[in-house]
Amino acid sequence: MDMDCERAIREVMAADFTCYDLALYLNTHPFDTRALAVYYSSVQRARSLRENYERMCGPLTAQASTRTLNCWEWALTPWPWEWQ
Amino acid sequence: MWIYEKKLEYPIKIRTCNPTMAKYIITQYGGPDGELGASLRYLSQRFSMPTNEAKATLNDIGTEELAHLEMVGSMVYQLIRGVPVKELEKYGLGSYFTQHDHAIYPVDASGVPYSAASFQSMGDPVADLTEDLAAEQKARATYENLINLTDDPDVIDPLRFLRAREIVHFQRFGETLDKVQDELGKKKYFVNKPY
Repeated sequence: MDMDCERAIREVMAADFTCYDLALYLNTHPFDTRALAVYYSSVQRARSLRENYERMCGPLTAQASTRTLNCWEWALTPWPWEWQ
Repeated sequence: MWIYEKKLEYPIKIRTCNPTMAKYIITQYGGPDGELGASLRYLSQRFSMPTNEAKATLNDIGTEELAHLEMVGSMVYQLIRGVPVKELEKYGLGSYFTQHDHAIYPVDASGVPYSAASFQSMGDPVADLTEDLAAEQKARATYENLINLTDDPDVIDPLRFLRAREIVHFQRFGETLDKVQDELGKKKYFVNKPY
């Protein structure tokens, strides 16, 4: 994976993890409005990092595989366990 | 349903092969306290949980365990990637190679295949959540043992992440058990078994 894409995917992973961990907290504290506000802003940040990565490096989900008209990128981009 | 995302939950990038560590770490793939068992346990137990909140906790932690399964599989894959058969044999993976070559198959550190007999789904939410608390502690202890078996920072880093997640899950299951017990303790409570 090229260095720019690796940096970008690491940012997406970190931002998604923030959202994910907050969601677990909210499952047992569903009326914590302060945590909810942090969750909403974290989701926005994660979305914009994801869009940036997908524009630059390729799709993270099959439904995001809409960047090219001449090939099915989803099956052609590297898999995440192949980092060297 | 689930949607696959083409990324790991936490990066795995192991630069030095180590078949011995692969043999140990694979227990978190297919062993009794591993991620496959954890995921099946929570995703099976969630159906009969008495509250929506408890279902959410089991659903989401069960899903995260699948991401952990993928991380552990990636670690084993990278630890034996390109290692010649003679080396695998020398470091204790000769039997594994015989049946699985360099592929990833769910076994424990002694080579015993995964068994669903390693977990329960009782339908009694207190019993199930108490098992989940113990399961998180057993996985936490296993990750500590694995960390003590290596000094490769590329391996220790993701193991530390996984260990920390067990602690967070333990906390969330504890909160869920408290709430479920409150709910069941009310005079008018949800009847889980309609007979």
